Amino acid sequence: MNSQIFHPFVLPFVIGMAFVLAYCVVGLFRVIGQLPKDDRKKFWRSLVTPKTAWANIRDLFGDCLFHVKIWKRNPVLGYMHSAIAFGWFMIIVIGHVMLFTLKPLEGVEAEGLARIFPNFYYPIFFKHFAEETPIFAFLMDFFLLMIISGILIAVVKKIHSKMVGVKRIMHFGFADNMIRFALWTIFPFRLIAEKSDIMAFWWLYSLDLMVFMFMLPFTRYMHIPTEALFILLRHAGLKPREPRKGYALAQIYSCPSCGLCIDACPMSVNDKNSGNTSAYFMKRLRNGDKEEAQRIAETCMQCGKCVAVCPVSIESCDIKMSQREAVPYQIKSDHSYLENVAAETKENAKVLYFAGCMTQLTPKIMRSMKQIMEAAGEKYEFMDQDGGICCGRPMLLSGKKAEAQAMMAKNTELIMKSGAKRLVLSCPICYKVFKEEYHLEGIEILHHTQYINELLKKGKLKVEQNDINYVYHDPCELGRAFGVYDEPREVIGSIGHLRKAKSEKELSICCGGSLGSFNLTQQERDEITANSVNDLMFNHPDEIVTACPLCLKTFARKSAVAVKDIAEVVASQLR
Amino acid sequence: MDFGFSLSPSSHVKMDDVDLSTFNRLKQANPDINTCIACGSCTATCTAGQFTEMSFRRILLMLQRGKEDEAKKMIQHCMLCGKCTLVCPRGINIRRILLDITR
Repeated sequence: MNSQIFHPFVLPFVIGMAFVLAYCVVGLFRVIGQLPKDDRKKFWRSLVTPKTAWANIRDLFGDCLFHVKIWKRNPVLGYMHSAIAFGWFMIIVIGHVMLFTLKPLEGVEAEGLARIFPNFYYPIFFKHFAEETPIFAFLMDFFLLMIISGILIAVVKKIHSKMVGVKRIMHFGFADNMIRFALWTIFPFRLIAEKSDIMAFWWLYSLDLMVFMFMLPFTRYMHIPTEALFILLRHAGLKPREPRKGYALAQIYSCPSCGLCIDACPMSVNDKNSGNTSAYFMKRLRNGDKEEAQRIAETCMQCGKCVAVCPVSIESCDIKMSQREAVPYQIKSDHSYLENVAAETKENAKVLYFAGCMTQLTPKIMRSMKQIMEAAGEKYEFMDQDGGICCGRPMLLSGKKAEAQAMMAKNTELIMKSGAKRLVLSCPICYKVFKEEYHLEGIEILHHTQYINELLKKGKLKVEQNDINYVYHDPCELGRAFGVYDEPREVIGSIGHLRKAKSEKELSICCGGSLGSFNLTQQERDEITANSVNDLMFNHPDEIVTACPLCLKTFARKSAVAVKDIAEVVASQLR
Repeated sequence: MDFGFSLSPSSHVKMDDVDLSTFNRLKQANPDINTCIACGSCTATCTAGQFTEMSFRRILLMLQRGKEDEAKKMIQHCMLCGKCTLVCPRGINIRRILLDITR
């Protein structure tokens, strides 16, 4: 090979790059190999289905390249990440484009493989070997400076995160700190090497790259190659089955540990609990720390806010659920008594109302619903006026699927027997499980916010307006889980004035009462509730309205103003 | 001979002889047990309690008397719905305790 296009300093980079590529190929086979058979079939099919293929292309560009989601969340962080990631990508691309523009490579006489080999490192160390054309020289310098500007923001974020709008950042171990240092120094070294052509800096630049490459698979920067695979798997519609295999593994490695979920998590109101957030959960799982991962999984309230703010769309709640299923509680269940439960309902009701356990504790919601349905002249039946069977979601949340099935089967039987065409629920916890796990063919499942809104729109229900300022709290299992944001707001808007909370819709803060958590103490829950109430009181409303009996009861403990269910508000204003 | 009635066996518990290891383990992991005032709100609201004898108040009592097997048998009926935790005036994390008993 001609000496002009080779110098030993390229070797560290070449070795590092080869290692990363080999690791990624092995990892790819491992993840796909661990997928259950039907999931794998789904995955292959999704790659050729036009709809998912388009979504793949859209997100590969949008998420991996342009980082649209970070920009939306926080423009400063968006610029920081884009400057580094997109800038680096452009430098690599432009470097390779230059390969073609300057043909033949200066001084290259080798043929075959030896001709291709330099392509591997040539664009990375271009300046040492050849002169660029001015336009390329400008572009390369421009993107290199862009990267360095991004790194400067990253340094500021590390020193004083509040300046970039982030309250809490992740705390890293040795490996993550070291690779970050390597990443930060790569580009200044390159800049100095290119401008001065001092051999020592070319060596430093190459060695730095090698350190980065060798540490990449064992640190958070593994998200760079893995996210692409994760996007493809996500669009295939898979669900994580095991906490550290297949699809879940791809998610674990895609988590960039950016820590955006730490500020978002309602538990972070107590600094002690900010270590129980999703970012740390994913890190524990990656490190194989099963006990800690299990503890965090059981502490999580499953409100889904971390998933809503995640710039990579990692479904950490699902992974936590699969972690719970992997280590189920040893409680033995015996629900055989359910067989003898008889239906309360007479047949031929059009609408079946299922209050659910939580609503049993808030009888005013049940009373209000009765008034509303009677005022609307609906032909309805109560399914559990004198107490019914649990919907099964709490049991599912504890990771015991089979036991939950027993309750779900009995409820299904009772509902099918009633002959109703619509099922109205007052509790979002029930709503979620009825929507996702039950198979009720021919029956429309509605939450009472949707039902009341429909009655109002059809004119079956007439309400009088008042002059009260309301604020609406989005229950996690109604809002984030199913996007029921507009119906309750329309209902409240038709009665009084709707004021905005500080965090709304997909950013709404869990009330703290969630059944999802098994570990939180009452004191910790109270802190979360107080924080959530503060957020709702941002615009000084007169009353807090919610659509979940659990939120209602939880808020009532901490709120200075009245807390009401949406059904109560409507029932009190019936004309 | 049948007198139409019989003597029930004594339910006397010798506290010196009972094994309280489970209860002590629970107390250590969940100190809030100590704050229970045996008001019975948990039992009154229990979803499984409508259909069975399930009663958390009694489960705690059984454990304090060393009747672990009876307590575990009763727990089997639990649906984990969480109403007991919600109504507890002392804020005891009852679901956590129920799950810990059988750990």
